[in-house]
Amino acid sequence: MIAFLKRQLKTWTLWELFQGLAITGKYLFKSKITVLYPEEKTPMSPRFRGKHALRRYANGEERCIACKLCEAVCPANAITIESEAREDGSRRTTVYDIDLFKCIYCGFCEEACPVDAIVETRVFEYAFEPGDIHVMNKDMLLAHGDKMETQIAADRAADAKYR
Amino acid sequence: MFESLQLFLAQWVPDALATVLVILVQAAMVIVPLLLAVAYLTYAERKVIGYMQIRLGPNRVGPGGWLQPIADALKLLMKEVIIPSKSNVYLFVIAPVLAIAPAIAVWAVVPFAEGVVVADINAGLLYILAITSIGVYGVVVAGWASNSKYAFLGALRSSAQKVSYEIAMGFALVTVIMTAGSMNLTEIVNGQKGGILSWYWIPLLPMFVVYFIAGVAETNRAPFDVAEGESEIVAGFHVDYSGMTFAVFFLAEYAMMILIAFLTAIMFMGGWLSPFEGIPVLETLFSFVPAFVWIALKVSFLLFVFLWFRATFPRYRYDQIMRLGWKVFIPLTILWVFVVGVMAYVKVAPWFVHGGVA
Repeated sequence: MIAFLKRQLKTWTLWELFQGLAITGKYLFKSKITVLYPEEKTPMSPRFRGKHALRRYANGEERCIACKLCEAVCPANAITIESEAREDGSRRTTVYDIDLFKCIYCGFCEEACPVDAIVETRVFEYAFEPGDIHVMNKDMLLAHGDKMETQIAADRAADAKYR
Repeated sequence: MFESLQLFLAQWVPDALATVLVILVQAAMVIVPLLLAVAYLTYAERKVIGYMQIRLGPNRVGPGGWLQPIADALKLLMKEVIIPSKSNVYLFVIAPVLAIAPAIAVWAVVPFAEGVVVADINAGLLYILAITSIGVYGVVVAGWASNSKYAFLGALRSSAQKVSYEIAMGFALVTVIMTAGSMNLTEIVNGQKGGILSWYWIPLLPMFVVYFIAGVAETNRAPFDVAEGESEIVAGFHVDYSGMTFAVFFLAEYAMMILIAFLTAIMFMGGWLSPFEGIPVLETLFSFVPAFVWIALKVSFLLFVFLWFRATFPRYRYDQIMRLGWKVFIPLTILWVFVVGVMAYVKVAPWFVHGGVA
């Protein structure tokens, strides 16, 4: 009987509805979690996988030795490599293309690379319009690597102990 | 003020035309602020719901997002109005008009302050009930003319829901009429003179709640928005409407929301009366606040509650809505009609001493 009365009281005073309103009312004044994107950005991991780059050694020699492991491991077949021997006899790529439309940014190329040549950088704010070049060739990759080298090296160093 | 305007105009144009012009000016003075209020109610809705979901809501267009409604209106104006090829074109186009016309026409009798009303008629409440009932035609016609199953289902749900809740609403209004002894909205407000404790929300508390909830159901707002339940029937009766035809439905819905808030404020919360009347210090302290501000505050609060409901409650199932309307609200309101009858008979102070059922 007491339980019945309690339930009726709860029903007719709309008790649970007011409880619900109290919760949303409390959230109205909570500090907001929205990140105002172009002005504010969320923190980024050193492992972030964005636009690709090819790295060089400190003396300016390109790292890539055309082993084609990245091409083999790429699940989206986004990488195309052709290679031949350079005048000094070392094996180098003549073509290194990454189709950014095909790429799924999985990071396997980076993991497969024995010389840390192909890397993914923190750059993610880029877009293509119809007619734009969406295949990054070797020159573009190397140029991007040169531009981002400080950041790339810092990120590799930060992540080195977990590898 | 309007008499002098009419005399002024009558110097140049015939008397009849002067009268029409004055009426047009009065109508514009109600409709333009109403449409602005609707625009900023949509902004407030997005902001309030955003804040309750720990987001910020629109904040990009203009400072703090204040121009967002303008941008939305421009977008809707420029969009193509698509008329489905198998729809009934005439009815399809006229349905939004049928929805918005009553939503605007009711404002003729709504007083904003003592004497500030377009038409101060004695059957004001009756007029409101009659005109708001017509609003359902817009929805039904829209659903039928679209020639779409979703739209038709939405229209059926909406009409059934509006018809059900109108009964409870009508009975709730009967108690107000019994208490005030008048159907004139100005007189209903004047009957509540004497501070917050003299307002009708105390003797009519269950009716106050029923009226407001029925109002939420009547305007097809969450949690009673099965007529446009996104998860079930896409967008309900306005699935096939786009551009301005859609915008007009939108306007009608929000204008009705503001109307319900106004009516609740007028009938249960003392309209434009100050809540501090009769309280020694506070009365003089707040005597500078104009009547219009009080009603605006009350209406804003009620509209906030509308949005609060939407942010809080999940959608009712259709049969639950019908159960609430028919098995709870209607018996409760009929019961309270008798309770109010008894209260009026024994003249419970301070609500039933002036006016009351004669």
